Amino acid sequence: MTGYQPGTSPLHRAPTGVKFVGMLVIATGVFVLSAPTWVGGVCLLVLAGYAVARLPLRYCWRVSRSLALIALLLFAVQWWLVSLDAAWLVSLRLVAAVGVANLFTATTRVDDVVSSIERAAAPLRRFGVRPDRLGLLAGLTMQAVSTLSLIAGQVREAAKARGADRSVIAFAVPFLVRTLRHADDLGEALAARGEDDRA
Amino acid sequence: MTTENSSEAKRGSAAALATTVVFAGFIAVLGVFPGLYVGGGSVPVVLQNAGPLLAGVVLGARRATAAVVLFLALTAIGLPLLSGGRAGVAPFVGPSGGFLFGWILSALVAGAVVTRFKRTGLPVLLLAAALGLLADYAVGVPYLAFYLGDLRAAVVQSLVFLPGDVAKVLAVALIAAVLHRALPGRLAG
Amino acid sequence: MIEFDGLGHSYGDRRVLSGVTLRLPERRVAFVGANGSGKSTLARTINGLVHPTEGRALVDGLDPARDGRAVRRRVGFVFSNPDSQIVMPTAGEDVAFSLRRTTLSKKERAARAAELLAEFGLDGYADHPAHYLSGGQKQLLALCAMLVTEPDVLVCDEPTTLLDLRNKRQFVHRLEALRQQVVLVTHDLDLLERFDRVIVLDEGHVVADDRPEPALRHYRKLVG
Repeated sequence: MTGYQPGTSPLHRAPTGVKFVGMLVIATGVFVLSAPTWVGGVCLLVLAGYAVARLPLRYCWRVSRSLALIALLLFAVQWWLVSLDAAWLVSLRLVAAVGVANLFTATTRVDDVVSSIERAAAPLRRFGVRPDRLGLLAGLTMQAVSTLSLIAGQVREAAKARGADRSVIAFAVPFLVRTLRHADDLGEALAARGEDDRA
Repeated sequence: MTTENSSEAKRGSAAALATTVVFAGFIAVLGVFPGLYVGGGSVPVVLQNAGPLLAGVVLGARRATAAVVLFLALTAIGLPLLSGGRAGVAPFVGPSGGFLFGWILSALVAGAVVTRFKRTGLPVLLLAAALGLLADYAVGVPYLAFYLGDLRAAVVQSLVFLPGDVAKVLAVALIAAVLHRALPGRLAG
Repeated sequence: MIEFDGLGHSYGDRRVLSGVTLRLPERRVAFVGANGSGKSTLARTINGLVHPTEGRALVDGLDPARDGRAVRRRVGFVFSNPDSQIVMPTAGEDVAFSLRRTTLSKKERAARAAELLAEFGLDGYADHPAHYLSGGQKQLLALCAMLVTEPDVLVCDEPTTLLDLRNKRQFVHRLEALRQQVVLVTHDLDLLERFDRVIVLDEGHVVADDRPEPALRHYRKLVG
């Protein structure tokens, strides 16, 4: 999991909008900079951010391990195909951009992101966009994920019982059939609860 | 007549909302459920990136695109929906972020092909899935090239995933062909 | 024959079965119990869908946790929602799908499927889209798809949940008429009068094991 990590650090308490803009500036800024030393400096800045946020060590370990893996791969390929300089630049950019994006997600509650977007995008209502429904959509989707996980488990059992545990068709077709049926049921349930009346 | 039409349209809005959230969830569950064995191989393949293609050929362009956009938006705000429980903005700003954005075009193209041909035999579905995959690469490779500052390196890196993705295109077309026959008249196309 | 030998199971910290030791030589056996009593888990140990964390299940001396594939060839399984197990587009194709590993030709498979469907009152439905059958017909289709490979045992996990009363009775009468051994997991108590043995589970323990009438009396007292 690379989602939100609860905490009380200054970064956790900083306003979501400010954090978001800061993240965007850093993540795009490293693509403007072309000297590896400068980008390396940004990496150190991001690293300092992790220290300030006092994220759990286990989390930092997981993030840095997967990040290091991609960075190494990128480094090797760039070195081989282009040059050592390019390899440094690209992999440091990656570490800075992905690192700062992770930092944002780790220190910002989903609810806060949702309410910030709802506030920031409110003017779009004039154009028929309904940012106020993002929270509802998030809730419904998570609900769908748990229902479909249950269905996926049942379908998988059934495929196994038919001796077809390695057949993609025997898993995917019944899973899709039941997914579609669930969508029908949910549509009716939403309609019954007045969803259509609000449109 | 008018009232009938408008009530029809209204019923559509709840159904469309339901389809969108359920298929966003569907793509997420494909990522949680690893260990599908493609074609009798012994290496389990994560099918999540087949999700947008499947959504496209099953739902058609509009609803599939809505589902993928919702899935990506919810991932970006921090819900752990990507395979491996990944979440947040990081996957999008990483080097393979373009392939994620490409899912939107993927669903759109795959869906549009099925809707355009109004036929759901294997050849059309193969074409839809293949063009959908191509659309993903059309976004993903240039994005990676921008990241690397070098198109050749981007192409070489992307080629690694091509065999697996081609296998997924075949699987998607096959699955959809069976599904369209199983639910005649129920799906897009 | 099916045996349970000191079988227990936990999902993480949640204990669902403890110390189940039974031999089931009877032809018609039913497990009843409330939701969460462990009956579905116990049924799943019979064909290796669940590997028990303690003790073991045995089918003709084979351990399903070890020889899953061999056991599943002898043990058919019907689930409560037939949509989960219908794989192919039409009823005939779906039954024939079960025969895909046999040496029969495509034509022979289709013939066997049609024959069996007819036997279960689904004659004329072989080319019908399977998912557009009624709920009762779909469950009969699921049953046919299991029976066509001629297993020795048929385990049914609440197969009547989605059926109306008439289809429930019909389905259970079909089960009673099978030559296979039938293990039925259910909470439809009124369907069990003709069973040989009814085992009542409560919180993972066997609390009654008897002929239907006394066992069900015990169960009704248990649930109040």
